Amino acid sequence: MLGLNKKDTTLFWIVAAMSLLAPFILNPFPEGSSLAQMFNAGYPDLMQRFVIFGILVIGFNILFGLTGYLSFGHAAFLGIGSYSAVWMFKLVGMNVIPAILLAMIVSGVFALLIGYVSLRRSGIYFSILTLAIAQMCYNLAYSVLGNPASSYNLTNGETGLQLSLDDARIFGESVTADGALPVTNFFGLAMRSSYKMDVGGWLFTFNAGYYFSAIIMLISFYVSIRIFRSPFGMMLRAVKSNQQRMNYTGLNTRPYILAAFVISGIYAGLAGGLLSSMDPLAGAERMHWTASGEIVIMAILGGVGTLVGPVIGAGFNEYFKNILSKINDSVLHDWLAFMPDGIENLMVGFLHYFVGKGWHLTLGIMFMLVIIFLPGGLVEGGQRIAKKFGRKKKSDETSTTPAE
Amino acid sequence: MDAIILQILNGLDKGSAYALIALGLTLIFGTLGVVNFAHGALFMIGAFCAVTLKKILTLSYITEDPTQTDFLGKPLKVATPYVQSWFGESTGAALIDWAVPLAILFSIPIMIGIGFIMERGLIKHFYKRPHADQILVTFGLAIVLQELIKTFYGANPIPTPAPEVFRGSYDFGVILGFEANAIIYPYWRMVYFAFSAVIIGAVFAFLQFTTFGMVVRAGMADRETVGLLGINIDKRFTIMFGIAAAVAGLAGVMYAPINSPNYHMGMDFLVLSFVVVVVGGMGSLPGAVLAGFMLGILEAFASMNQIKAIIPGIDQIIIYLVAIIIILTRPRGLMGKKGVMEE
Amino acid sequence: MGILEVKNVGKRFGGLQALSNVELSVKENTCHAIIGPNGAGKSTLLNCFVGKLMPDTGSVMFDGQSVLGRTPYEINQMGISRVFQTPEIFGDLNVLENMMIPIFAKRDGAFRMHAFENMLDERDVVEKAEHMLEEMGMADARNDHAASMSRGNKRRLEIAMCLSQDPRLLLLDEPTAGMARADTNNTIDLLKQIKEERDITIAIIEHDMHVVFSLADRITVLAQGTPLVEDDPENIKGHPKVREAYLGETQAV
Ligand SMILES: Nc1ncnc2c1ncn2[C@@H]1O[C@H](COP(=O)(O)OP(=O)(O)O)[C@@H](O)[C@H]1O
Ligand SMILES: [Mg+2]
Repeated sequence: MLGLNKKDTTLFWIVAAMSLLAPFILNPFPEGSSLAQMFNAGYPDLMQRFVIFGILVIGFNILFGLTGYLSFGHAAFLGIGSYSAVWMFKLVGMNVIPAILLAMIVSGVFALLIGYVSLRRSGIYFSILTLAIAQMCYNLAYSVLGNPASSYNLTNGETGLQLSLDDARIFGESVTADGALPVTNFFGLAMRSSYKMDVGGWLFTFNAGYYFSAIIMLISFYVSIRIFRSPFGMMLRAVKSNQQRMNYTGLNTRPYILAAFVISGIYAGLAGGLLSSMDPLAGAERMHWTASGEIVIMAILGGVGTLVGPVIGAGFNEYFKNILSKINDSVLHDWLAFMPDGIENLMVGFLHYFVGKGWHLTLGIMFMLVIIFLPGGLVEGGQRIAKKFGRKKKSDETSTTPAE
Repeated sequence: MDAIILQILNGLDKGSAYALIALGLTLIFGTLGVVNFAHGALFMIGAFCAVTLKKILTLSYITEDPTQTDFLGKPLKVATPYVQSWFGESTGAALIDWAVPLAILFSIPIMIGIGFIMERGLIKHFYKRPHADQILVTFGLAIVLQELIKTFYGANPIPTPAPEVFRGSYDFGVILGFEANAIIYPYWRMVYFAFSAVIIGAVFAFLQFTTFGMVVRAGMADRETVGLLGINIDKRFTIMFGIAAAVAGLAGVMYAPINSPNYHMGMDFLVLSFVVVVVGGMGSLPGAVLAGFMLGILEAFASMNQIKAIIPGIDQIIIYLVAIIIILTRPRGLMGKKGVMEE
Repeated sequence: MGILEVKNVGKRFGGLQALSNVELSVKENTCHAIIGPNGAGKSTLLNCFVGKLMPDTGSVMFDGQSVLGRTPYEINQMGISRVFQTPEIFGDLNVLENMMIPIFAKRDGAFRMHAFENMLDERDVVEKAEHMLEEMGMADARNDHAASMSRGNKRRLEIAMCLSQDPRLLLLDEPTAGMARADTNNTIDLLKQIKEERDITIAIIEHDMHVVFSLADRITVLAQGTPLVEDDPENIKGHPKVREAYLGETQAV
């Protein structure tokens, strides 16, 4: 179906079903229960982040997963996309489509330039070049280009670029009738509008912005499957496997890698544009090199070079970040109440460092464990478990054999 | 003229830090072939060694002074550091005042220990893995280390002043015949520069004049041949990792008064240090030092108002710009050996 | 006029004159062997043909055109394919994909962005790849992971990949180095068969005299970067200079 083989079609529909039903899946506990407070994740902004970062990492995977070129500067494209979209909202109008298109175009152009320069080198040098260029973009966004006093204030520095009442908005209104800022919309459908469904004790929220992003994520996912299975994707895997052989086989590897770089840059720009479409505020911290590092982390967690890995990695990262940061000492005491008091206090004292504000630490440790013991990420972990339980589920997306 | 001298001086202290971190990075890369993204974290840990020693020295017990009252009218609580009661008031106070220099001694065993544990416990297992994996695992380690520091020391910078005698500045301009206050340079920055020069000199002397250093240098040039001679090069490389960690740590200890230690200072310095290494030439020790000072000074010049007026924002990007041009035009850097990591 | 004309090629590495005054003419549709002791400069010479190294002096002409200053992929597109000393294949890909890549390169040139087609829908490429595998007796290995094959099979696959492009000149750098006897014999048979069935010129570097004398129509002996003699195989066998070069080596070892 859709030009995919059977396995890929199944995979695609599973991801599609999961994302379209996410408001149910992520809200398994009745509203107001203590479990809900902890584990429910069906809130619009969180769900939006799942799919938007999914897009980002799917794109990153086209570069790193297929070619093996580790870019440490991908957050730059995310930031560039975010800024472009906000500018579109400021100057043209609040429809998200032009904003997203501009975000993709601008980040694509940047990716072409940055990629052209960085790809003159490979290996560590490539990583350091991307890192240096992205850091340069970040510094510029923070300083000269963000100085409200200067004439080229593109980013508004530390405050971040945001809408204001005196924006032009040629094809829209600068101010709404009641004097407020207009909201982002898709041909009139406000991104922040939600439909709430109350079933028994459960409350499900269906947010327009989420569904909009989810559908774009599914399109992005579909495109990435097509790329993985195309001759182009095969060439990229061949670059990763043996670049020397490629050259002596009559193929010019650089345009292949550059194309992958630009595609993944456009994906990142799209993600940035979507972030701004959900909340029209863009800040430079989105471009910092540690943000690039987080993209890498998500890709690795999920499974580099696999089809669903990026989606899983992005979801996992965001979900755990959310949960871990909500756990505090009293929650821990609740959970460990079955233990003798002394041990309980000791455990809480110990675990305290890994939850709440300490979630960075836990994710950092998890990331290290994955690299050390599970280089194929959670997808590989899943496969190993599946194998252990003897199910002959011939696994899927990592296998390079495209079955028909 | 005076402005130029001032900028050179201003570049020296940052340049010294860059040079010291880059030196360690290069030692590790040249000997073990590992790209260590956790090296910035070692620098940060060094700075927190100074913070820790200061905290230990100021550990106090509380007594009540009945002759004075606090604002509630109760007897005033007075904190007396233990060191003051053990060594006498003035000696104790001096110890506290000199916490940062004392932390040099305190940090060396700690840093070498951390270096050993890192190499034996983690990095060792990544020699055969791709460079990308090495980058990633050390990046993960850097995150973990910085978060640990944040957990125990909080997110705010912790001011850690230099000893009393080194506070204040020296007016260089006067001895050079300029007006008063034309070239003012803080004493501690002079100390930092001198200290770095000593450390750099010591590392080079160690590599140059000891048999241990000779073997390591030979190993950096051609690992296989040295291995064939039946010399256990790996053990020496582990020790070099410890030394590199100590160098980064010492750079951090002494940097504490210049920039109040915070948990992300390692990450901030890391990117720049990598740039320095690349500019100097991957695997070249003199290159790392030269590039460290050069870029530090260049950065200082770029932040002069006259220059910023011509090219706005140049101070923010000058180092990266230089690095990009160097990587593209001369991939082996300023002093890198031909054929080492040139691809 | 040979299809490959090498004139006065010299190459220096620092203080070492790896090649000097190399003259070589490879006739079309012959198998020309270049032999010589270790370190004689054989691989260096080959690297000058394929764009990996740029000689300091001299010229290398393929079919009347200079190859110097061109990149490896351009030289390949001119019709020169190279087999490496250690088999260079795409280890992470399966055997069929390995076969398809050179066929794409032959059909589409150095770069073409076909990012949205399914690679298995490229029937002509798939068929040609399968045909080639069959010809080489590797049809069963079609879906195997290339890295997991034996060294002999990797070599076979690499040769098949080169042949699938119908090159006019096939360069082989010690194709049997490090192989077991049986694998070596298989490779000899394969190369013999290729020689007979195709219009192809082969230039082979080899250490193993058995391989050389089974295949070569013409032999050049290289020692210390210069050609000593060039002659037919039967004249080379007893040639005193050749003996000297090799005996010199055996003594040194
Ligand atoms: N890239 C290089 N840099 C320096 N010396 C080289 C390089 N490649 C080969 N050599 C030297 O050139 C000489 C010839 O090497 P090579 O052509 O590999 O010999 P052969 O293939 O005949 O055994 C050897 O002494 C080798 O060490
Ligand atoms: Mg050779």
